[in-house]
Amino acid sequence: MNLILQGFAWIFDGSHWVTTSTSAGIGPALVQHLILTGISLVITAIIGLPIGFYIGHFGKGRSAAILTSNALRALPSVGLLTVLILAIPFIKGIPGSYLADVIVFVLLGLPSMLAGAYAGLESVDRQTIDAARAIGMTEWQILTKVEIPLGAQLILGGIRSTTLQIVATVTIASFLTQVTLGTFIIDGLNQNNYVKMIGGAILVAALALLLDGILALVQRFASPRGVSRGTTKDKRNTARGATHASTQPRTPITEGN
Amino acid sequence: MEWVWENFSTIWGYTLDHIGLSVPPIIVGFVLSIPLGYWTSKSRVARSVLLTIFSIFYTLPALVLFVLVPVALGLSILDPNNVIVALTIYAIAIMIRTANDAFASVSPDVRESARAVGYSAVQRFFRVELPLAGPVLLAGIRVVSVSTVSLATIGGFIGIPSLGSLFLTGFQIQFFPEIWSGIIAVLIIAGVFDLILVGLGRLLLPWNRRASRRRAARMAAQAVTA
Repeated sequence: MNLILQGFAWIFDGSHWVTTSTSAGIGPALVQHLILTGISLVITAIIGLPIGFYIGHFGKGRSAAILTSNALRALPSVGLLTVLILAIPFIKGIPGSYLADVIVFVLLGLPSMLAGAYAGLESVDRQTIDAARAIGMTEWQILTKVEIPLGAQLILGGIRSTTLQIVATVTIASFLTQVTLGTFIIDGLNQNNYVKMIGGAILVAALALLLDGILALVQRFASPRGVSRGTTKDKRNTARGATHASTQPRTPITEGN
Repeated sequence: MEWVWENFSTIWGYTLDHIGLSVPPIIVGFVLSIPLGYWTSKSRVARSVLLTIFSIFYTLPALVLFVLVPVALGLSILDPNNVIVALTIYAIAIMIRTANDAFASVSPDVRESARAVGYSAVQRFFRVELPLAGPVLLAGIRVVSVSTVSLATIGGFIGIPSLGSLFLTGFQIQFFPEIWSGIIAVLIIAGVFDLILVGLGRLLLPWNRRASRRRAARMAAQAVTA
């Protein structure tokens, strides 16, 4: 426990926040961590959400998506990271490692993002959708005005898991290329400086918990008013048991950090 | 390919290390999650407390847990038990939620009927609720198994021998075959474990063979989001 206190003391020492000739600073590492996470998250959303919505709305390609997701999940993320970083050299001014990192983060984030998007759409009561169609809404209106708002909880759940996944993988990227918050863990480990290592671990933990907390809040307020969560019956592909289970608000669980 | 044959004993050694790191968390996590999940399915307080605690643990990246567990337990940083403890925590974090959902999904009518025909609480648990929760529990442990095998590679990065060690050294000497053999070995272990679990499921849940396939697919889909 004493070590943990020392870890906090290490964090609150202002001199550790700026880069020196011997050590990276917490400030730049944190910025880099956030930038890498942010870029990867946005790209994952741009790719993952439309595909997930397509699968959820039309009910097509579901099993293919599950299969791909599961296969991707079994792949050890760090192995993929090392291979891609070595394989993608410098492309037009962008340091190759940066590009490779982002590609890996996106690949790893996609399954949760996709799953959240289609599960969100599938959780919408079939009768509601039929009713929307019956009053003359176009498919696009059904998607944007009915399915996405009603499925927002689960869709955001997917975004939340994706974020955690990416934050964790960005941490590991410090072993290979980037200076991120994980750098302090690896440096501390190599220099037998446990205080630094624990300080780094606390920083990563704090960042993960903070981002997750913010997204949990967003998720809580995302449901349209008047919708009691998860009380619908007659969901596509939902057994009685699963319906019961989904009456509890869900927090996302991700794999592979 | 040549490299693989020449270094087969090294790869095999890491494979055994890797199995040693991942089997205890899968088993212990499963065994502990059943009573915990049963409890959370019965008690609202237990549910909010336990599920919150484990979802917080799950929020922490593996690397952080691998570093903080030895500090909390007073172990050496290079002790493989750190990884085992950390992976067990993750396994419980996934499994407790699945177990909770599985037990909560047992219909109250069935439970009441069991009581009406004279089953004691213990009999009811072992003869009614556990078997009915079985297929969902199986789907849960399959997710746990895949994710544990994959996460154990991260141990290699902090110096605990596992197939992840191949990634780090392969990266340092920029040698692809070493990294690939690590990745493939991980996939093989994950696949074999999954086959074993499915086989055990067939053996222990024979009544559910046909229905379970559909349901397992659905649970797998849910586990991704849940």
